[in-house]
Formats: sequence, C-alpha cells, structure tokens
Amino acid sequence: MALDRVWVFLEVAGGKAAPAGLELLTKARELGSTVEAVVFSPEAEQAAGDAGAHGAATLYAASDPAYTEVLLGGPAADALAALVEEHKPDLILFAMTQDGRDVAGRLAAKLGVPVVANALEVAADGAVSVGSSVFGATLNVTTALEGGAPAIVIVRPKSFAAEPSGAGPAKLVPVAIPVAEKHRRARVVDRTAEVASGPKLEEAAVVVSGGRGLADPKNFELLEQLAGAIGNAAVGASRAVVDAGWVPYAMQVGQTGKTVKPTVYIACGISGAMQHTVGMKGAKAIVAINRDENAPIFKLADLGVVGDVLKIVPQLTEEIKKRKSK
Amino acid sequence: MKVVVCVKQIPDPNTTGQLDPSTHLLKREGVEVVMDPGDEYGVEAGLKLVEAAGGEVTIISMGPERGLDAVRKALAMGAAKGILVSDESLRGSDALSTARVLAATAKREGFDIVITATESTDGYTGIVPQAMAEILDVPAVTFAKSIELDGDTLKVQRQTEAGYDVVQATLPVVLSVTAGVNEPRYPSLKGIMGAKSKPLDRLTPRDLELSGVGGASAGQSITAVEPAPQRGAGEIVKDDGQGAARVADFLAERKVI
Ligand SMILES: Cc1cc2nc3c(=O)[nH]c(=O)nc-3n(C[C@H](O)[C@H](O)[C@H](O)COP(=O)(O)OP(=O)(O)OC[C@H]3O[C@@H](n4cnc5c(N)ncnc54)[C@H](O)[C@@H]3O)c2cc1C
Repeated sequence: MALDRVWVFLEVAGGKAAPAGLELLTKARELGSTVEAVVFSPEAEQAAGDAGAHGAATLYAASDPAYTEVLLGGPAADALAALVEEHKPDLILFAMTQDGRDVAGRLAAKLGVPVVANALEVAADGAVSVGSSVFGATLNVTTALEGGAPAIVIVRPKSFAAEPSGAGPAKLVPVAIPVAEKHRRARVVDRTAEVASGPKLEEAAVVVSGGRGLADPKNFELLEQLAGAIGNAAVGASRAVVDAGWVPYAMQVGQTGKTVKPTVYIACGISGAMQHTVGMKGAKAIVAINRDENAPIFKLADLGVVGDVLKIVPQLTEEIKKRKSK
Repeated sequence: MKVVVCVKQIPDPNTTGQLDPSTHLLKREGVEVVMDPGDEYGVEAGLKLVEAAGGEVTIISMGPERGLDAVRKALAMGAAKGILVSDESLRGSDALSTARVLAATAKREGFDIVITATESTDGYTGIVPQAMAEILDVPAVTFAKSIELDGDTLKVQRQTEAGYDVVQATLPVVLSVTAGVNEPRYPSLKGIMGAKSKPLDRLTPRDLELSGVGGASAGQSITAVEPAPQRGAGEIVKDDGQGAARVADFLAERKVI
C-alpha cells in the first residue's frame, strides 16, 4: 500500500533544481500517490519545470529572499512545520546535504517525529522503512519508522537515478510564511565556491582521486593534468588530505564527503579505508594505484597497479595524450 | 563565557563495529572504547574560545558509566567540569532522544555556546546539533571549518557542498565543528592529574525532568541486518614500467578515453 502524500525538500542553485532532489522525486513516485516538492529560495519558481518533469504535482515555493540571507535550518523548519500541519504528508525526503541535515534535524525536533539518515533505499508498505549500510558498508540494515507522521528520511545523494516522468511543470503554490526575527541572528554574509572548473565531481565519467600517497599538495597538479587529458573527468580526494588542508572539502569523497558513481574511479595513493570506499564503491569500475600491495583498496579494484603514483600518473597522462593525438 | 561541549564515548573506530544479533544494538562488550575522535575538535574549539574570551568549558555526555572516560579525557585537556547523563532507560536512544537529553543538560547548565561534532563516528545520523538547537530555540551554526569570536558575534566558515559560506551569528548558539577546524591538544600529565579533582556530576533523565526519552520511546527499530554484497578484487599488476599503459588500455576498454 503506497503512501498518500510524499514530499521532497528540493534545493535550488543557480536557478536549477539540485540533482539530488530530482533523484528523490523519482523515487517518491514509487512511494506515494501524490508527490510534491518544497523549495526555499528566491529562485524557487524556476524549479517548477524540473520538479514537475520528475514527478512533483505541486511545488510549494517559499521565495522570500530572506531565506538566502540566513541559515536555512531554522526558518525552513518553521515553515515546513506549518505546511505539514496543513497538508499532512506521510513522508518527507531530504538529500543528505548540509542544508538538508539542518532543516531535517530541526523539523524532526519540532514535530517530535523520528528521523533516519544515511538512507540508501526507502520503501513504503503502509509504514516507511529505510535501508542503510553501517560499519563501512559491511552490513545492510533495515529500519522501520513507527513514531508518527510525517516520517523524515535523509537520503545519501546518488542512491537513486533521476528519471523524468514526462509530466509538465509542477503547479506553483506560493508559501508566504515570513522568516521570524530570531532567525536573523545567524546571517550568511558571504558565499565562496571552491569547485574547480570542468565537470562536477558527481557528474564526471571519470573521477581521479588523490590521497596522502601524493606526498605533497602540489602533486595534485598531476591529477589535474591527468583529468584534463582524459576529458570528462574531475579530481577528488580522501579526507586525510582535506583535513590536512591540501585541497578543499568540496573535493572529499566518502562517508563524510561526496558519493560518486562514475564509469571509472581512479584512486591514487589512497589506502582504501572503509569511510572512503563507501563514497566510491558504486563506481562501475575501480582502478587503484598504490605502492603497498596489501593496501585494502586493492580488494575492490578491478585493476590494481602496485607502484609509485608519482611516476605512474604522469606516464599515464602522457600515454593518454599520445593515444588521443593519433 | 560559558561553553558547553558535547562528547561521546564510542567503540574504537579502528575496529569494525558489530551489532548484537538479538537486540540490534551496537555491541559494546569486549570492545575498546575511546572518546569519539570527532569530539576532540569540539573540546579544542571550546578551550580556544574560553582562552581568548575568558570563561569555562563544561563537558556533557550521555551514555553508560564508561562514558566517564571520555569526560575525564576532556577535563584533562582543560575543561573545568563534567556532567554524565546515564540511565539504563537511555540505552537504545535515537538521535532525537539524545538531542533532548543533551539540550536539557545544556540548558540546566546555562550556555553561550554549545559545541558538538558534525556527527558521531559510530552512529553518524548527523542531526543532533540541529535538533538540540531547535529544542533550545537558538540558531544552529553548523559544519564550521574555522571559528572567530568578536565580542558576542561568532564568525564561522561553514562548509557547503560547493565551498564554504561565511556566517555571522550573535550568541547564544549551537555550533557544530568539522574535523580539521583545529589541531586538538593532547592532555598533559599535569592536566591528567588535575582532572581527578575537577567536579564531575551524574544526572539521570529524572534530574532533567525529562520523560519519554530513551530506547523505549525510539520511533524507529531495526528490523533486518544482513551482510552487504562486497566487490571482488580484479587484476593486480606490479608496475614494471608498463603500469601506465595497462591503465590506459583499461580506460580505453571502458570507453572513457
Ligand atoms: C567518522 C569518519 C569519517 C570519515 N570520512 C571519510 C571520508 O568521507 N572520506 C575519506 O576519504 N576518509 C574518511 N575518513 C578517514 C579514513 O578513515 C582514512 O583515514 C582516510 O581515507 C585515509 O586517507 P588516505 O587513503 O589518503 O591516507 P592513508 O590511509 O595514509 O593512505 C595513503 C596511501 O598512499 C600509499 N602511498 C604512499 N606513497 C605512495 C606512492 N608514492 N605511490 C603510491 N602509493 C603511495 C600508501 O601505501 C597508503 O596506502 C573518515 C574517518 C572517520 C573516523
């Protein structure tokens, strides 16, 4: 038995719906008879086309510019609580992003309903149940939510594929709930993007990731050059080098970073800790370059090369350039 | 200034965790326990704030008696006092119960800033700071990768998917910090000795006038646990000068070059 009403908290950036939200709308079509999206952004209305095409019948658009001037968690949770009261959704899906977590956490506390995070699968058979994996994805766990409606589930991006349903734009319903004065105590005064040019980490056909084995931050240039030679490729990183300040967090792959599912993932000087591999083991193919033949990364590599990454990566870049120029 | 830092004692993250097959709770018996490494950054952030602005750090923790070790470690690092909320009924608490208990403890203690990690290393639901902020009715300044305090204005770089935002907030707030926000200090010998005489309180949910928290009221339960399918290893070659060419062949087979 499907649910009556499933909502998706949809994030919008640069006038476009974030892919993670469209993945959730696609999944929501299986779970509920009515699928709706809620957006908090001055650009909310621009998402109606994408949201509709992925299954949202309605888009609740809270487009007060104040939503971008403050931290979203407080005011969005307030507005959502009011909307929940009015429309009584059975389930609200959030993507596991910073804002998704901020809003979902506050909303759960406000409504006193349970929240499950790190979801990789969601099912609704009368009740809502969630699949997730624990201990570095060695165990799959199913959790049933039984603490009242709406169930709040935070889903890891890339858990589902976004597929258009062929429907037209979502019906726009403006939400005119003002941002309370108390939320203006935490203001966003500047936004900085640290993403490299070229394809996005989550969308590239090939991800070339570097770890501590690169020995020096400047050796990430070798990976940039390799990605450049491949073409549709982006550079990622392990947390060890992000924490060390070598590269920005936006490049981190893993449990506390991004999930990527490229055609090929190339791990360069990365040991293969569970917390890293949960973010990349969904790749179609994995290549690992590591000088330690016992490195755990080789246990899941389709092709492993035991050797010095600082030698092999430049050679590979040259080899690809040579082949491409033929 | 009053800074409250939340810490948690967890099974050593360097050993693979296990679930008790009958209760589906985390197995804690026979497992080394340590202070969640993520919490060390929170303790350090709290100590830095009071070193600069004056005041005291209070450590709060919810969990079994063994959780005292994590609190003691934070005291040895330099915190002034500790509180452990412990009760059999709290076993199996979900994220929301945890947030309610910690929020009530912080409120009882009084605070300008409550600091947490962004998520725990063992459970990583990652919504406790936000839920606490909602209960305490203050802003949640989350995912901080750098922290500055100027009077009662906190200036934080907040990690985002794309980079970071600069957030300014007036106190009181809940602040969640990422690994990498600072370099946590090691407890000195003097710190360890001094910790023994610092106040360490025990509370129960009843002391906090809380009901409906703990395992019995968790709105969720694990219904199935099974091993996850694992990827197998493929071809492993030693680089003899031909490694790069072999990778190029592989990329060509996969049609990405
Ligand atoms: C709660 C939690 C969350 C975490 N989240 C993440 C996460 O999201 N993402 C993540 O990546 N990690 C995460 N980690 C950290 C993770 O456990 C590992 O510490 C980290 O992934 C290790 O990074 P690394 O592989 O770069 O470094 P190391 O483990 O130090 O590995 C470096 C590797 O480089 C190899 N090497 C050295 N020199 C060379 C050379 N010249 N040529 C070839 N190989 C060489 C070595 O053999 C070694 O295998 C998390 C940890 C915790 C506790």
